[in-house]
Amino acid sequence: MPLIPTIGLEVHVQLKTRSKMFCGCAVEFGAEPNTRVCPVCLGYPGALPVMNRAALEMTALTGLMLGCAVPEVCKFDRKNYFYPDMPKNYQITQYDQPLCVGGGVPLNEFAYPKDAQKSIVNPGKTVRLTRIHLEEDVAKSQHFESSTGIDFNRAGTPLMEIVSEPDIASPEEAFAYLIALQQILIYGGVSDADMEKGQLRCDCNVSVAEPGAPLGVKIEIKNMNSISAVRRAVAYEIERQIAAVQKGERLVQSTRRWDDDSAQTFEMRSKESAHDYRYFPDPDLLPVDTSVFMDEVRTRRPELPHEKRDRFVRDFGVTPYDASVLASEKALADYFDAAAKSARKPKNVANWIINDLLSALTTAEKTIVDCPISAHALDELVNLIDAGTISSSQGKEVFAAMFATGAPAAQIVEERGLKQESDSGAIEALCQQAIANSPKAVAEYKAGKLQAINSVKGQVMKLSQGKANPVVVSQVLEKLLAE
Amino acid sequence: MDLTSLSISALREKLVAREVSPLDALDALDARISAVDDKVHGFLSRDLALAKAHAAKADLSLPLGGVPIAIKDVINVTGEPCTCGSRMLLPYRAPYDATVIAKLRAAGAIPFGRANMDEFAMGSSTENSAFGPTHNPWDLTRTPGGSSGGSAAVVAADEAFAALGSDTGGSIRQPAALCGIVGVKPTYGRVSRYGLTAFASSLDQIGPFTKTVRDAALILDVISGKDPMDSTSLDQPVPAHTALLGRDIRGMKLGMPREYFIDGIDPQVDAAVRAAIRHYESLGAEIVEVSLPNTEHAVGVYYIIATAECSANLARFDGVRYGHRAESSGLLDHYGRTREEGFGPEVKRRIILGTYVLSSGYYDAYYLRAQKVRTLIRDDFTRAFAQCDAIVCPTSPEPAFKLGDRADDPLKMYLADIFTIATNLAGIPGLSLPCGFAEVDGKKLPIGLQLLGQPLDEPRLLQIAHAYEQSTDWHKARPGL
Ligand SMILES: [Zn+2]
Repeated sequence: MPLIPTIGLEVHVQLKTRSKMFCGCAVEFGAEPNTRVCPVCLGYPGALPVMNRAALEMTALTGLMLGCAVPEVCKFDRKNYFYPDMPKNYQITQYDQPLCVGGGVPLNEFAYPKDAQKSIVNPGKTVRLTRIHLEEDVAKSQHFESSTGIDFNRAGTPLMEIVSEPDIASPEEAFAYLIALQQILIYGGVSDADMEKGQLRCDCNVSVAEPGAPLGVKIEIKNMNSISAVRRAVAYEIERQIAAVQKGERLVQSTRRWDDDSAQTFEMRSKESAHDYRYFPDPDLLPVDTSVFMDEVRTRRPELPHEKRDRFVRDFGVTPYDASVLASEKALADYFDAAAKSARKPKNVANWIINDLLSALTTAEKTIVDCPISAHALDELVNLIDAGTISSSQGKEVFAAMFATGAPAAQIVEERGLKQESDSGAIEALCQQAIANSPKAVAEYKAGKLQAINSVKGQVMKLSQGKANPVVVSQVLEKLLAE
Repeated sequence: MDLTSLSISALREKLVAREVSPLDALDALDARISAVDDKVHGFLSRDLALAKAHAAKADLSLPLGGVPIAIKDVINVTGEPCTCGSRMLLPYRAPYDATVIAKLRAAGAIPFGRANMDEFAMGSSTENSAFGPTHNPWDLTRTPGGSSGGSAAVVAADEAFAALGSDTGGSIRQPAALCGIVGVKPTYGRVSRYGLTAFASSLDQIGPFTKTVRDAALILDVISGKDPMDSTSLDQPVPAHTALLGRDIRGMKLGMPREYFIDGIDPQVDAAVRAAIRHYESLGAEIVEVSLPNTEHAVGVYYIIATAECSANLARFDGVRYGHRAESSGLLDHYGRTREEGFGPEVKRRIILGTYVLSSGYYDAYYLRAQKVRTLIRDDFTRAFAQCDAIVCPTSPEPAFKLGDRADDPLKMYLADIFTIATNLAGIPGLSLPCGFAEVDGKKLPIGLQLLGQPLDEPRLLQIAHAYEQSTDWHKARPGL
């Protein structure tokens, strides 16, 4: 019998609050070590925690975005263990009454790794969530040659833990889950969710078993620093476990560390050394009545990526692929929304954004947020083309100039005299000149070789220095040659 | 005249009349401390220069302007030690003011002197202080009570006009009773705990030790109220605690809990408390019998909840950021040695007990069950207060016991708090005031009367206490030191 993997993820997300979870210290990265600290986040005698309301609200908003239920009451507990990065030697977290329960992360085709998008096993899958809770982050340890330094600037930063059900069936699904989750977190403005900066951290629980059999021994893997590293680590671990089981080895519940350089996992500890965390309700904090802020938080729920995607297809006639690209980033989606609103053909605006604007931004190492062409300006350009005022090849030139200078399309068209010639009288004169210059092509055309007209047309364009409207040129030529 | 024997109210009159200055008051205290504290050992440290700097700037127009107040060594005062009676915090200096200290300063008071205590407020005799016990000013061979024994002793010995202490299971009221002064444990949440080094967070409250009931009211006026730094502080208006003082208590109903008048209580204590109750009758109060049926479980519940909370609260003392740090090799060895050397035996006992009751497999049987019984105890009081305005009972089952008598018997020591512990579990306010003396071995030992009230009913408790105090002379007696 083949063995199949079962995967569940625990994701820690740093919230984008101004101050820490239980004190007024600023959340700020890159500051001098131990300068964003106070008696509370250093665990000084007598200091007491006070709840950061913004962190509660951001977590509740995340819950709303992910379809979780937010119970009316949640509470905070102490999780007891000794470690130097833990100022009080207990962490304030939520044990049995978390802020959010249930919910799920919908996976979409485009969240999968590019090389796997063609072979998605279960399209439209939603990975169910167990819960989302809120806790405080620990300090950051830095190991030197013969000592360890601890920077408490990070201690007490609000941290949201999102726990999935063991619904994930492959490394590619784990990847898609994290991409989709990351998109939503950024959309809601709750976190920048950058894994390389430690704003999003992921632990994976992996087990293998025969289909239909009870789940296999759960092994946790840690220390992945990017979403693609998660994919690699999970893939490695599945293979390792399958090989072990097939060799008749008995796996034990344990925690393993992923080493990206050697692309392997190594055992850190087994279950025998598991902690008894002795959770109990934190007597310094009262239970939280979530109804106090939920009405207000509901008004802040943004339209989510998949909702935007569906709307772009429905309202603007954009292809599903283009809609996904446009919805992948909130700023980009907002840009498209703004441009499409007044466009004659929103689909053409989408094409310009995807084919021209995004690559120009990449080349210029810019993002949509500091794009030199405003949504409105792009809209004007596309409308000029769609109205036939300039040709699409002129459009490319105008676009490049707009991107470089930030000037509006109309001004560039004016300055460069790019306006397309659509006056049939003027074009007719040029056409007659071209016909006179091309007796051979004319003879061929008249003999029935219809494509011979293209060389005559090319001459007209050349004579007009590219300004003649090609549609009008064709019409006039056909009329003259039919005479 | 000797300034040090004055109450706050009397001192304030002299300060406001410019008969004496805050510096005079400090100097008088310092002289008195130098004369008697070798015998009492109520203070662990005092910084006269720092206090004088504050006294020089004291604003006498403020309610406690120019009044020095001694502080139990568990409350953080910027720049001062805060050892909590423990070797663990010997090298520690507080980097901030507790909210009560900030409030005292804002009212013009001058924190002066760090009062001795049982280590981390765990004990009922101050014998658990790592720096030696405090002696009862009425009989130096006896305990002043605890854990705030230093605070009580220095007020009784006229080494302070008043003091702040903390009460987790009786740590203000029992030493106040044993030293013959007034001590108040406010309603849980009435006074901010920010800056009070935590023993048991759901039970701890800061309160005053004073020579008179009026003085206690003056301090409560200043230190009470919602604090944004303490989520458990109550967002309720603070009444003038002196407002009801002097008002007639005629017709008031005082409840005598039958479970508090039991065999085993010292006969002289029993007699003094019953006499006090008769005195209340003569003042026009009506005495009713009430029942607090879950009283017998209070000590057990307390030692589960308080130890559970303390096992986590004291985890921060690890020598990593501050405090004692042992020579060690490796992380585990560092934790082990630091805490082995830093903590005394009673603290270790309670941390181990608390760790045990929270352990997986035992949590439901101990901690969860104790919380349920705690609710029953709270309900007992709610029912009792439906029949009476306040409860009247002994503070301690006996007068001051001999130093060394109980040190080896923790269980017997725990029983010193049988009449005070339920108050903390219920979160209600309690007060102890002098109601007589026991004669033991030719010495007079003070006896305390305990009054318990409904949540936030401190003004009425003070009114009832004041009525008794003003019609008796017990509070005027002074130990002959
Ligand atoms: Zn802080």
